[in-house]
Amino acid sequence: MLNKRLDIDSVIGRLSDGMTIGIGGWATRRKPMALVRALVRSSLKDLTVVSYGGPEVGMLAASGKLKKLVFGFVSLDHFPLDPYFRAARQAAALEVMELDEGMVYWGLRTAAMGMPFLPTRVGIGSDVLKNNPDIKLVTSPYADGEEFVAMPPLKLDAALIHVHAADQRGNCIVKSPDPFFDEIMSRAAKQVFVSAEKIVSTEELNIPENTRFTPFERSLVTGIVEAPFGAHPTGSSPDYGIDMGHLKEYAGGGTPEAWAAYRQKYVDLKDHAAYIAAVGGKEHISALPAPIY
Amino acid sequence: MTTESEYTLAELCIAAAAEAWRGEGETLATGIGLLPRLAVGLAVLTFSPDLMMSDSENMLVSEPIPVGPRKGYKPKFENWLPYDRVFSLLWSGNRHAMVGPVQVDRFGQTNISVIGDYKKPKAALLGVRGFPGNTASHPNSMFVPTHNTRSFVAGEVDVVAGIGYNPARFPKGYPKGLDLRMIVTDLAVMDFGGANHGIQVRSLHPGVTFEKVQENTGFPLLKAANMGTTPAPTAEQLKLIRERLDPHNLRATVFKDNPAGDRR
Repeated sequence: MLNKRLDIDSVIGRLSDGMTIGIGGWATRRKPMALVRALVRSSLKDLTVVSYGGPEVGMLAASGKLKKLVFGFVSLDHFPLDPYFRAARQAAALEVMELDEGMVYWGLRTAAMGMPFLPTRVGIGSDVLKNNPDIKLVTSPYADGEEFVAMPPLKLDAALIHVHAADQRGNCIVKSPDPFFDEIMSRAAKQVFVSAEKIVSTEELNIPENTRFTPFERSLVTGIVEAPFGAHPTGSSPDYGIDMGHLKEYAGGGTPEAWAAYRQKYVDLKDHAAYIAAVGGKEHISALPAPIY
Repeated sequence: MTTESEYTLAELCIAAAAEAWRGEGETLATGIGLLPRLAVGLAVLTFSPDLMMSDSENMLVSEPIPVGPRKGYKPKFENWLPYDRVFSLLWSGNRHAMVGPVQVDRFGQTNISVIGDYKKPKAALLGVRGFPGNTASHPNSMFVPTHNTRSFVAGEVDVVAGIGYNPARFPKGYPKGLDLRMIVTDLAVMDFGGANHGIQVRSLHPGVTFEKVQENTGFPLLKAANMGTTPAPTAEQLKLIRERLDPHNLRATVFKDNPAGDRR
């Protein structure tokens, strides 16, 4: 029987310096934050991260892990600008490949399909092309002769995603109202590490009821970590909402001193259970309401 | 129709911005930010009832959700719109968004990426987000709450996130989806109806002169042939805005000191 269970440190042990890592979710939603905090604590360096950026980008930037960021935005939603990402970007402390958020999707799809490029109108005439001179144009071979962006693959050495439930074989359930681009990100990656709210038996996944909530087939999954509330402080709807109070504390920083204090309080802890206790316990997280827009 | 004698600048701009969607049917109307969102709601409740709108997350709703605390209000969900479908929809062109760029230039090119040098910016903002794809695919309008020469810049914007009618960037012609419509600011309503898509003033907000708008714009503006005064919101519009769309008066925070709409 396949058993892909890992602990958090074993996931980190399978990554190496200089890797390109995709991080699933979207801004403040369903980010694999328990795995991200482990990255922050690790000795890994020179990482390239591909992400629909949320607080994980600022945390990885503040801790000096990022060589390069491939992104369309970095947002904390209600607090629109991540202070640590801003500080790093303004200090030219990381390389950027700044793309339209649709180009991120398209580049992941290109990688997932093993294509050298896929054409798109997205990016045409914009400074995305000026700032990324490696992205070329292609002319339609048909009568229209239109010129398109030839989006190259965004190939990932690894993807980290967070799901609601998984079995030990790698079958997953994502119950959130928006699956985002975790599927295509996983298909673009050589290895996929999943953090799950809970690891259950295959039967308990209740696939007949949850058919539409399965992101992909198990063969994509390299390893699974059980991490209840593992998306905190981002939300994992419908189980728990975004922790606005915690994000406010995080977003109130931006200086090296503020990061050191945050890190000591919330990142450099013994284990994930210690983190849950530090942020107020599982009762606090379970009670977090859905945000209102 | 009667006109309220007193209305705020925010209310004037909501009514003016709603006009962006007049005459549109089953298209996705997206208002980014509080004021454009209220404008979408007003358009739906008055002259464009068939527009589609989202709950700002991943659901489509059949009536505008009041902004702020909902006090028991339940959104009227009618369909699902996860981001994957958003891309499919917007790349097909069936969307008209009103967005809030930080910089706009004379071509209608827009910036929300960084201010200053790209490699080492003075201010890092959000990133280009969906602006390149949106502007190449579907109609876009803009709301710029502070009309000055830092927002309407001379030359080109620091980073061209949203594309515009800049012939130098499109020697073979503009993408067929490029369709810039309306710009609403704290001073005026403008559009791209001048020669070669030049930006022209369609209407001046009450008490604002063309000279004042020009002084606060980093490039020469045109005057629409029938340039007039931005119409005051009607009594019906004010009632919808105040009682239904924004019962907690969040719109009072859009402009500094919440000025009156008529500044004569």
